[in-house]
Amino acid sequence: MSVDFCGIELAHPVINASGTFDAIAAERAFGQGLLSNFPFAAFVSKTVTLNARQGNPPPRLWELAGGLINSIGLPNKGLQGYLEHDLPQLARLPVPLIVNVMGFSRDEVAALVEAFEARDEVAALELNVSCPNVETGLLIGADPDELAGLMARVRPLTSKPLIVKLTPNASDVPAVARAAQDGGADAVSLINTLRGMALHPRSGDPWLGGVTGGVSGPAVRAVALAQVHALASVLRIPIIGMGGVQSGHQAADLIRAGATLVGVGTESFRDPAAGLRISAELAESSVSTGL
Amino acid sequence: MTDRRVQAPFGRRAVEVAACRREGAYVVLQCHDPDGPRPVAGQFYMLTAGQRWGGGEDERPFLPRAFSVMRAPADGDRLDFMLEDVGPGTRRLGELGPEDALLLVGPLGNGFAPPRQGRRPLLVGGGVGIAPLAILQDQLATPDGTEPISALLGFRDAQHAMGAGLLADSVVATDDGSYGHHGLITDLLIRELDRDDHVEVYACGPPPMLEAVRALCAERGVPGQLALESGMACGFGACFGCVVPTRSGYVRICVDGPVVNAAELDTALAPGGGH
Repeated sequence: MSVDFCGIELAHPVINASGTFDAIAAERAFGQGLLSNFPFAAFVSKTVTLNARQGNPPPRLWELAGGLINSIGLPNKGLQGYLEHDLPQLARLPVPLIVNVMGFSRDEVAALVEAFEARDEVAALELNVSCPNVETGLLIGADPDELAGLMARVRPLTSKPLIVKLTPNASDVPAVARAAQDGGADAVSLINTLRGMALHPRSGDPWLGGVTGGVSGPAVRAVALAQVHALASVLRIPIIGMGGVQSGHQAADLIRAGATLVGVGTESFRDPAAGLRISAELAESSVSTGL
Repeated sequence: MTDRRVQAPFGRRAVEVAACRREGAYVVLQCHDPDGPRPVAGQFYMLTAGQRWGGGEDERPFLPRAFSVMRAPADGDRLDFMLEDVGPGTRRLGELGPEDALLLVGPLGNGFAPPRQGRRPLLVGGGVGIAPLAILQDQLATPDGTEPISALLGFRDAQHAMGAGLLADSVVATDDGSYGHHGLITDLLIRELDRDDHVEVYACGPPPMLEAVRALCAERGVPGQLALESGMACGFGACFGCVVPTRSGYVRICVDGPVVNAAELDTALAPGGGH
């Protein structure tokens, strides 16, 4: 059940959600077994920012009913560190590489997009817009005009497929998605995590070092399905649907709702090979349902 | 620290529980792992009960739970883990019985390195943290067993101190004095170091104990290897949830630990435990 996604040929429709699988660390843990049975049809790397980031202070996790809250804070080596250390290793993966980037200004995003445009190892770019533009103070992914401005700046800089990763923490997600499409996005991906919080069971203070975090896992699956469904009727460009998928049946639900590809995230924490199982189950359910 | 790891088969596998027995305040969970490699002492596994994982307190557990392997005899396929009932995950795992399914991923992480030339290994454990020291004692033992690997073990009280029976040649301290030395394990460590400090310390236990051991090692110029603990979602470097601060920044203890050199830490008192 191979898929053409923005001109990239993928073996099946299951990829990873950005930030939920580190192929380099996983190769240290699992060795050749990971590479010969790579669980995703494309690999989306963790968000790269222009400058290196340490990430948020611990604790960074809170388990809840059907999921977890994470407050990781986008730790990464920065653009130069990624180009020197990570990209050569990720280029050896047996699947196409999608690089997720985030900037705190249009100039920062532009610098990242230009740098990756020059690299043949990169098949596509995903823009993480779940952050504020520090120049305007507006959350880029929550404001259609802000996103339109960003797209106008970066779209001309690359001929690679450009995916906009939408945040569910916006009052009008379809309006933001339309701004992405009108600005020249080749696809959108959703949902990112939903903002959430937990308190220390005894002190009552915020548990997470970053105070709030993002909720993921089966707890958010119904939200993902509704948002993918809402966008399917307003967009012409393909949708990567994700949010709490644990089975092929649930992946098929997102495809029925309008997704072209399905992202697996939190379930990989429970089973590193979850992507393999889900794509196999999806292939079976596709035969039986005629998807 | 150079890697001391055996790589895991990719993915989660179902194994069969062999036994689950009480050892004082603890539970020893034994399983057969015919398809996995033998781990290095200090490595850990992510465990999930095959059935009814979820639906406990607050509808948890959802994520797997990380446990250092306590014993893995070189001949055979048995893995032993030591649990203490501290929440919905450990409670559910402690309910398992023979032939129940257990899902595991592992061995994971970076284990203990052999002692530096000319140094005698000295094991220091606290509470359920004694688990990785049992397999370490097995793996460091001389073939003829002539040189005992001594272990200093601290517990809350006599009921918990029954866990000391899982190791050989141990000296025990309890917080309440109901068994062994009345006081902290570091009292015993100071006594040992005063006697002979040509040792390499291997420690695992609660953060305040590890911090006291780390500070003592630094003060006496003794090398130490600490097995750290943190709440973690995945165990293989994917979630970035289990970081601890080191002199070179945050490191993920699931891939760059759980065993770290004491000299790499400014403190072993970092937050980040489970809830």
